[in-house]
Amino acid sequence: MSGQGIAQILVYAVVLVALGYPLGVYMARVYGDRFLVSGPFGWLRGTERGFYRLVRTDAKKEQGWKSYGKTVLIFSVVVMGVLYGIQRLQGHLFLNPDHMKAVPPHLALNTAASFITNTNWQYYGGEYTMSYLTQMAGLAVQNFVSAAVGMAVLAAVVRGIARRSMGTLGNFWVDLYRSLFYILLPLCLIVSAILIWQGVPQTFHAHATVTTLQGAHQQTIARGPVASQIAMKQLGTNGGGYYNSNSGVPFENPTGLSNFLEMLALLLIPAGQVFMFGKMVFARRHAWMVFAAMFAVFAIGLAVNLPAEQHGSQVLRSSGVNITQGHGQSGGNMADKEIRFGQAATANWTVATSDASNGSVNGGFDAMTPAGGAVPLVNLFLGEVIFGGVGSGLYGMFFYIIIAVFIAGLMVGRTPEWLGKKIEAREIKLAALGALFVPTMVLTMTAVAIVTKSGLASIYNHGVHGFTETLYAYDSQANNNGSAFAGYGLTSFSGSFGTVALLLGRFVPLLAALALGASLAAKKTVPASSGTFRTDGPTFVVLLVGVIALTAGLMILPALTLGPIVEGLMH
Amino acid sequence: MRNLVSSVLAIVVLTAVLGFGYPALMTGFATVAFPHQAGGSLISVNGKVVGSKLAAQSFTWPRYFHERPSATSPAYNAAATTFANLGPTSSDLATNVKAAAAAILKLEGPYNPGLTIHQIPVDAVTTSASGIDPDISPAYAALQSARVAAVRHLPLATVQKLVKQNTDGRSWSFFGEPGVNVLELNIALDKLGGN
Repeated sequence: MSGQGIAQILVYAVVLVALGYPLGVYMARVYGDRFLVSGPFGWLRGTERGFYRLVRTDAKKEQGWKSYGKTVLIFSVVVMGVLYGIQRLQGHLFLNPDHMKAVPPHLALNTAASFITNTNWQYYGGEYTMSYLTQMAGLAVQNFVSAAVGMAVLAAVVRGIARRSMGTLGNFWVDLYRSLFYILLPLCLIVSAILIWQGVPQTFHAHATVTTLQGAHQQTIARGPVASQIAMKQLGTNGGGYYNSNSGVPFENPTGLSNFLEMLALLLIPAGQVFMFGKMVFARRHAWMVFAAMFAVFAIGLAVNLPAEQHGSQVLRSSGVNITQGHGQSGGNMADKEIRFGQAATANWTVATSDASNGSVNGGFDAMTPAGGAVPLVNLFLGEVIFGGVGSGLYGMFFYIIIAVFIAGLMVGRTPEWLGKKIEAREIKLAALGALFVPTMVLTMTAVAIVTKSGLASIYNHGVHGFTETLYAYDSQANNNGSAFAGYGLTSFSGSFGTVALLLGRFVPLLAALALGASLAAKKTVPASSGTFRTDGPTFVVLLVGVIALTAGLMILPALTLGPIVEGLMH
Repeated sequence: MRNLVSSVLAIVVLTAVLGFGYPALMTGFATVAFPHQAGGSLISVNGKVVGSKLAAQSFTWPRYFHERPSATSPAYNAAATTFANLGPTSSDLATNVKAAAAAILKLEGPYNPGLTIHQIPVDAVTTSASGIDPDISPAYAALQSARVAAVRHLPLATVQKLVKQNTDGRSWSFFGEPGVNVLELNIALDKLGGN
């Protein structure tokens, strides 16, 4: 933990706000009623109209939450079917220069569910399982689409909060198109161009086979259309790697600069969406407080993970090798980490990716110290609301905000209000459903997976660490993160069980959020009075962090004691 | 029904634009602007491709600098990357670290009198995230320099100078950590001659 390492993290935080804020302002405009592309891009208006004609929607016609939700569900089922089909048929299709065979059925199903839910949990290694066609036209398209679905739903929910006495939330196809073509694609073009410059491959040529310098050895170097996919998997909080070791692989993440850019891309949109929300509901100070609460949890994660990793694991410390930082090395727990990132850049990534529901990694989580590895585990369990997934993070945070104002209301004995709307029984029920459904499911599924024979078959490291692997697997899939304690393996049980976690974990909170948005849209606003709990001050930040810690945090504590805490005490 | 048809049409169009158009556009850009990087940063010696700047490869001869351990199968497999996934209290990890350290002591000991396990940097005995980490820490390169210089009958200062030249510093002197690119360093050594 050098001053230099901490400086890198501070610069990261500053650049994140400096770019996230203007992006948020821009996104608020994009989702506005009167938005039209103009200036040099004015010709894109025709393309947009063409898309609406194609999907036969009237862009001015808005949908209520049920109709909006139904469209999301049907669209998701269709794209899941397409992705499943491409994987099963890849052996017979084009753009398959390395002759990848059909993906087995339960793996293809889990992968399809994983990518349409913006999770990108991977039971496979990309470079030896998927053809270029599957990567590019299947998985990478879902990286765009699943991100855009999350962003669209958030836009609809935020509209609901902003509106008064209205029954509709917006038009799904309009929100989808604008997320894709006015936000995601332009950012992807920039990020992928920089990544190519830094060394990420982008080619349709087959893998290269070379005779190594020492001779006698053949080495196959996997490549393909990598940069275009990596840019999107970072920006859309997808996280699914082109290669098995994800952004730990030099071809996916070649330099310190590419690493910084990929980490930035990872949190940029979720951070920007907080400011977008502030602008759309005319509550900028409140948005800053939400941002502050998120940032506080982010900082706590770093303050635990980085020192723990720098201190090193028990095995490495007792082995006698030199793990002290300085004199030409980063030191610490270097197991499953890369030289060019060292401890600070790996810790920064680890905390960002687990806060953000991204799930990409630049070092292995399974090999982290008990305290270091507990950070992503807990971050996931908080429901991916600390920045969180694109769209899904902030609408997930709304559940906690509602619970927080409800508790504040109880304390002063008044009907709680949020942004001028009275919070009543229906909103509380929806918020409780949204906040508690996924953690409950994670604990239940973990319990089933560790008491059944078929569940135990997936474990790689036995004993306490095997429990943590299992807990992490369902934590990651149900919360749509996608990172892994990667030893946890694929069986038909873990594959299909995971598929259920992925789908329910995505769509139950999503529908609860839409219903919540609609419920708020129908309300009138009431003027703030002296009894209104202020949500634009530091008290609110403390309350919000406290509510998150007390609900999700306490739920995972017993499981933590069975996993990382015992492991930490074992030596 | 209407939603169903719309969804099918939408995904067809989106696949065409985002699944084919966008990667093709970026491939075109890459081929024109950065052909070397686009193809995987391959390195040639005397007209023959010997590897990639971004992938470790197997070096076992004493005249070469050696890479970090690799968890891939076989080692340094750039078409099947992987972590070792051994937990922090794993006995396999302890065994592997011990074996790696013993091998290093045996190899480098004769050239570094008084070498003990406490001088072996941690990256020398641990696998990387990818299994093809192209870099070693400057500390591990310094440890190997004495051997390489002795085997090649080169002055130590010459080898140290080459190590320095093949050290990739932090990006913009700020982001990430410095590392020594082993393949580039070994190619530079071969160019220098000596046996």
